[in-house]
Amino acid sequence: MWQTFGFEFVNFYFIPGLVVGCIYALGAIGITLTFGILRFANFAHGEVMMIGAYFTWTVMTLVKNGLGFPIHPLVAAVPAIALAISLFIFVDRYFYKPFRSAPTIRVVMASFGMMLVIRSFVQSVWGPNQLTFVPGIARPNETVKSFTNSFDMMILMPNKHFWIIAGTFVIMLALSWLLTKTKIGKGMRAVSDSPELAKVSGIDVEIIIRATWIVGGFCAVAAGVFLVMDLQMLETTMGFRMLLPMFAAAILGGIGRPFGAVVGGLVIGLAEELSVYPWLGNGPLLSPGYKTGVAFAIMIVMLVLRPSGLFKGRLF
Amino acid sequence: MSSLPTLEINDLFAGYGETEILKSINISVEPAQTVAIIGPNGAGKSTVIKSVLGLVNVRGGKINLNGQDIIGIAPDEAIRQGISYVPQTHNVFPNLSVLENLEMGAWTRKTGIKERIDEMFTLFPDLQVKKSKIAGSLSGGQRQMVAMAKALMVDSKIMLLDEPTAGLSPKYQSEIFQTIKKINGSGIPILLVEQNAKQALEIADKGFVLVDGANKVQGTGKELLEDSNVARMFLGSKD
Repeated sequence: MWQTFGFEFVNFYFIPGLVVGCIYALGAIGITLTFGILRFANFAHGEVMMIGAYFTWTVMTLVKNGLGFPIHPLVAAVPAIALAISLFIFVDRYFYKPFRSAPTIRVVMASFGMMLVIRSFVQSVWGPNQLTFVPGIARPNETVKSFTNSFDMMILMPNKHFWIIAGTFVIMLALSWLLTKTKIGKGMRAVSDSPELAKVSGIDVEIIIRATWIVGGFCAVAAGVFLVMDLQMLETTMGFRMLLPMFAAAILGGIGRPFGAVVGGLVIGLAEELSVYPWLGNGPLLSPGYKTGVAFAIMIVMLVLRPSGLFKGRLF
Repeated sequence: MSSLPTLEINDLFAGYGETEILKSINISVEPAQTVAIIGPNGAGKSTVIKSVLGLVNVRGGKINLNGQDIIGIAPDEAIRQGISYVPQTHNVFPNLSVLENLEMGAWTRKTGIKERIDEMFTLFPDLQVKKSKIAGSLSGGQRQMVAMAKALMVDSKIMLLDEPTAGLSPKYQSEIFQTIKKINGSGIPILLVEQNAKQALEIADKGFVLVDGANKVQGTGKELLEDSNVARMFLGSKD
């Protein structure tokens, strides 16, 4: 059974689906928090993922050229996260805050403009061409391979996939702790529930907004770094291409529901990958070119049948 | 005891955008008093409370809290100054537990949060049993209790209640009025806006009748209950 069905399904469809799902989930957390707390769809979110990955690559390159030894992308991501969060807070202060009490469409358009500004900035500094993030072929982890092979269930998982899945799991645990155990996290949930009531309850909404950019920026850079770890290359349009599936994940989970975004991200990632599995006959069920269409279809179906999402998010 | 009123509103003009709702309103709440504002729909009752909290444009007049001018302060600053406010609707965070709602009410508090929560559970014993329940899953009356307890988490100098019994069953309405009496009994002055005029005046030391954004009649709760004009217009009396 494993040889005829399981090996191919798990190694070439399920695990890649889980990896993509983790990346969508992390990206969707920031989108859903911004949507829930600041009440707008931030089109620049994908670009923060992208610029975070470029910052990380730059730190890795500087350390390697300057100190002569390579560092792991997750270590290089630490200063990159600080830079991306600063960028988020700067953009909010000077580009989004002036529109706080204006009709939502204005701040949405401002975020669209910011998306183009960030991408153009990256293209000017790093160039428009693809860059190699990590060279070489990612080989399966030998320990996992031999351990699972002893059960006749050989799993081929490269280290990068392990780091992505484990990293996402750790971030989810940290996020869960933040949102349910800390004052600031509970405040974020409260503002997401009702910003008007939060204001007349004495909650400092501006602090909550800053916390939202910090959490969203952290998750966005993590998603961007995981994405380039998986693809092993960087390009300036990668954030924009992630935007639709991340929005689909946020809507599927329910706007303003970070845990919903995680579930939504995993479902969208798995659905995309499993849609090209040869469920009927020998060929893929859908051509791989339609993978993004799967995310779009799920989003449309969800908006029609249950616009509040799986976890009863906010309706606009 | 201070001779100053806890809350004093003098010659208040306020409204939304270009629309003027309040035209020279005068209301005062003395220490430890319950004051009810009654009147027909659109009389500007809720706008009075919103003016105190800085939620509407105040165009003229004075609002003093313990003698200090508070016109133009931000809502979170009003809460920090000790104003407990319970909005008419959407007054709890529906996806937070009862306990978390109380914690959010204590946002501006630096110390004594746990002790204050225990005091609230003594005042509202039903909430202690339901402290882990999500507020959105509670009945209307219980949600109103959560809203009041949440508002009282600050060191309250005055409590502003905007139609606390709206949409509740008669059983819960009586319970809410009893609770208001209990809160007032602990020394917290209360400014209450109510549609349920009769029950509001029964517990009020003083009442103000507003019509079309202006003071119409005022007196003690008892006087207004006995006033035949007020009774005919607002209390459903046929006499």
